Amino acid sequence: MSVRADAAALPARPVRGGLACAAGPAVGGALATAYISLIVLIPLAAVVVESTAGGMSAFWSAITGAQAFAAMRFTVVVSLAVVAVNILTGTLIAWVLVRDRFPGKRAINALIDLPFALPTIVAGLVLLALYGPKGPAPFDIGFTRIAVALALAFVTLPFVVRSVQPVLMELDREMEEAAASLGAKPATVFRRIVLPNLVPAIAAGAGLAFARALGEFGSVVLISGNIPFKTEVASVFLFGQIESDNTAGAASVSVVLLVLSFVLLLFVSWISTRGVRRGGG
Amino acid sequence: MVVASSRRSRITLRVIALGYLALLLAIPVAMVFYRTFEHGFGSAWEAVTTPPAQHAFYLTCLMVVIAVPLNTLFGVGLALALVRGRWRGKTLVSAIVDLPFAVSPVVVGLALILVYGNSGWIGGWFADNGMRIIFSTPGMVLATIFVSLPFVVREVVPVLREIGTDQEEAAHVLGAGPLQTFWRITLPAIRWGVAYGVILTTARSLGEFGAVAVVSGKIEGQTETMTLFVEQRYQAFDLAGAYAAAVVLALLALAVIAGMTLLDRRNET
Repeated sequence: MSVRADAAALPARPVRGGLACAAGPAVGGALATAYISLIVLIPLAAVVVESTAGGMSAFWSAITGAQAFAAMRFTVVVSLAVVAVNILTGTLIAWVLVRDRFPGKRAINALIDLPFALPTIVAGLVLLALYGPKGPAPFDIGFTRIAVALALAFVTLPFVVRSVQPVLMELDREMEEAAASLGAKPATVFRRIVLPNLVPAIAAGAGLAFARALGEFGSVVLISGNIPFKTEVASVFLFGQIESDNTAGAASVSVVLLVLSFVLLLFVSWISTRGVRRGGG
Repeated sequence: MVVASSRRSRITLRVIALGYLALLLAIPVAMVFYRTFEHGFGSAWEAVTTPPAQHAFYLTCLMVVIAVPLNTLFGVGLALALVRGRWRGKTLVSAIVDLPFAVSPVVVGLALILVYGNSGWIGGWFADNGMRIIFSTPGMVLATIFVSLPFVVREVVPVLREIGTDQEEAAHVLGAGPLQTFWRITLPAIRWGVAYGVILTTARSLGEFGAVAVVSGKIEGQTETMTLFVEQRYQAFDLAGAYAAAVVLALLALAVIAGMTLLDRRNET
């Protein structure tokens, strides 16, 4: 529900008769632009400027430095793995929540939003309490790459579920019934009828989850141990660089992250626009 | 035969889905509650009522009290301007309003330091006039506003589109001014969307860690919010303190989810 990436994609209603006082929205728009500039736009521009403060060669050497590169590569790989897991489990959970009936379903449905509501540092601590060195679980994953994946899976859980759920709810079941009555097995019905309808929603949720995983910090910082070249993710590397006053180097790596997440955001809004156009006929 | 096998596969799917949720979400969260209260309620209460804990709680509340009203005003205003208005830069603003969701919290912190830090673009001017922004409360407020900025806009824009302009036009024709139309017609129609956005903004403001960590300097008892306090206690090997503070934050998160569920039910009826 918090993942309404499609909101901006709907066609705007034309304003008839210069209603609601044409000046009102214009002034509001100017104020909003000023607010968003001071807090979001100018600071992000400063990051881009700072990244090129030492010229292109400094930028290049900052992002190809051994530790920076290892951190970025690990972040991308582990995020991709977590997104793959999310595609499977997220679709499965959405399916179970929409099509299955069992006692306590409402509570489970509410629980899905917990990773959005729970502070990320608490998420990391919670996983550490169960699967960490002093936890009761039969294994200890503290300070391993698996731990990073687990933390990312925790914080990105709602994206695919909340993206697929509404599509599944509105899906017309007549096609599935027709296919089943013609002798198709449930697995075939899912693969040939249901899945093609879900692909845009799955892709949108996966894109948002990927963007979130790339930049995640709070949930990873305690459980990963932040071992360079092993469990250090890009945001933790950045944090260290900022603390040791290497802002130019940190800004360079930030720009790489910014570009990646911006591309993902564009991808998600492109997917949603397509979905709306198709759905709207 | 077919019915039996489809029933069996349905139960298999259910068990896998619920098992995943239990292992990833429910059991770990329950574990922290158990660890917090295993030595009784008293010791947990002591851990979250020490002076540093109280100050951290006060700072977190301060973040919420400043960031939520500002972002709500901005959110409703921008949603109105985006849906009802036509102005220069509208396309650009609607494209960047979601940006805070996609930016790593650490990058947010760095961005704010580069502008508002003592050697930043405009931070130097503030420093000359005796105002410290970074490594102080104003910077932490800015970071909190940054990360929680899009929620209200996102929740209100679709509602505004859905209700259309018919009622507003009617009010206008009958002689209502723009302000009167807003208070009497528009605001009542979007109130649940605003409420939902406010709840999400509050949750994010309470729980922000990375961006606040970068700009706070993490000075114990001074620039430490609840989330920073949790980390600091853990790093100081005070697990009981970390768990107890985490439970306070988790209870707030559960309250947020309860609020969202209530609003959803109200929307359905």
